[in-house]
Amino acid sequence: MNLEELTITKAHQGLKKKQFSALELCKAYLDKIEEGKEVHAFLTVNESLALSQAKKIDDLIAVGSEMPVLAGLPCAVKDNILVENVRCTAGSKILGNYIAPYSATVVEKLKSQGAVILGKTNMDEFAMGSSTENSGFGATRNPHDLTRVPGGSSGGSAAAVATGECLYALGSDTGGSVRQPASFCGVVGLKPTYGAVSRYGLIAFASSLDQIGPITKTVEDAKIVFEAISGKDELDSTSVSPKIGIQKLKNVRIGVPKEYFVKGMDKEIEKMIRAAIKKYTDKGAKVIEVSLPHTEYALPAYYIINPSEASANLARYDGIKYGFSKKEKSLIDVYLQSRGQGFGAEVRRRIMLGTYALSSGYYEAYYLRAQKVRTKIKEDFDKAFSKVDVIVTPTSPTTAFKIGEKTSDPLTMYLSDIYTVSINLAGLPAISLPCGRIGKLPVGMQIIGKAFQENIIFKVAQLYED
Amino acid sequence: MISKKEVQHIAKLARLSLKLSEEKKFQKELSSILDYIEKLKKVNISKTEPTTHPLKIENIMRQDKGQKRKNKKLLDLAPETQKGHIKVKSILK
Repeated sequence: MNLEELTITKAHQGLKKKQFSALELCKAYLDKIEEGKEVHAFLTVNESLALSQAKKIDDLIAVGSEMPVLAGLPCAVKDNILVENVRCTAGSKILGNYIAPYSATVVEKLKSQGAVILGKTNMDEFAMGSSTENSGFGATRNPHDLTRVPGGSSGGSAAAVATGECLYALGSDTGGSVRQPASFCGVVGLKPTYGAVSRYGLIAFASSLDQIGPITKTVEDAKIVFEAISGKDELDSTSVSPKIGIQKLKNVRIGVPKEYFVKGMDKEIEKMIRAAIKKYTDKGAKVIEVSLPHTEYALPAYYIINPSEASANLARYDGIKYGFSKKEKSLIDVYLQSRGQGFGAEVRRRIMLGTYALSSGYYEAYYLRAQKVRTKIKEDFDKAFSKVDVIVTPTSPTTAFKIGEKTSDPLTMYLSDIYTVSINLAGLPAISLPCGRIGKLPVGMQIIGKAFQENIIFKVAQLYED
Repeated sequence: MISKKEVQHIAKLARLSLKLSEEKKFQKELSSILDYIEKLKKVNISKTEPTTHPLKIENIMRQDKGQKRKNKKLLDLAPETQKGHIKVKSILK
């Protein structure tokens, strides 16, 4: 049996039937990480901690304890999610020596099931980027083609799942950072509804957009991990317990937004998404054209709101409380030099952009206007969802691009998130799942649902997988 | 196009030191991003309310009591401490 190719359900059954031990499973994945050095998915590997966690599960299995589904299963966590006593850098030199003093709620939830945390995965610095090239610790490579990017910012997590270096991983998604790398690496990635998963212990980037989500091999696995990490948390006032019960799905109605199928999309990708939609029609789904008229304004609105929130959140890195601190004579120079030298170029660019948008005299023209456009984008979705159950689009306008291809012009890099950012602005759930390949490069299809209807998304996604 | 002076002003507000060569680079990059964002002016928002969060956020209250948490762990992360406090440069002369 090839232990690195298992899904969560199969690995769980294998442990229960004693086909292999949790320790064997853990060792197989640690070996795989060692083999995959070229891909550079991990920033920190927690060998001794992982092995001891696995051993504990084996002891429990030996005495016949009931095992939760994630018990003993090796996973990876994006390096902006805290795991107590483990280094947590957010891909930034400014947190190069930061040891997490506590665990994020999602990590506590996984630990309570007995999950084995192998390590922390690479990412764009503070999750700002779409290629994982902005990491302060070197880029991650796409496992399907080492000359290409894995997407980002959760590129390490997606690459780790794609290479079989972990059974599943956690990522975070602010404007597509789970879905786009999942698409580039040929795996499944879910961005949950805003508020469905606690953000406590997630290093804050843009707080009204951030959500933690699973990256997995199958839709079923994504559902299992989502159910494990979601729910209201006292420590995150924006987390909620959804009031929606079990949702039934009959003769699914699929919306296809006409504004998404315009210039800029790779012709081959369009063909593949159209073929996927045809597959749904063949299975009895009703396909309806919908309109999201403010689509073209989503990206510019996002690039006001995101840097504005980021500039406020990242004010905490001051060289005083934690993180990199430059020794200087005066307090102001400690601030200027610690931040100037500790942050990379993209982070400084966004902090400056946000500071500008929020500064006196510009607030109304930029930030307030963007928030009003955000309302328009939300209303577009509300209207479309009065006619359909889900909306299907490509996840990204291209397949994985070459390393270095988009690093010289920040705006070109921003455009790779064109199909994903509006979902974060509207706070909706969306999944990316593989729907074919162009050459050796995977293509992802995005399925967007109504708020807190992740279950419907899973059902529609599984309908495609079957 | 934003001016070099504006770039210096924003950097100061954001507490970021910039090298001379970076000032020019950021001036160019920020200008091109801001030009792109100009697009938003085409949307009619005269009767639209702003959205700050996708959900309606409610306040959550708790007793206003101090909590003993992981003080030592948190202090250990600070670059300089003294007698259980974080040490900061003097700001008064």
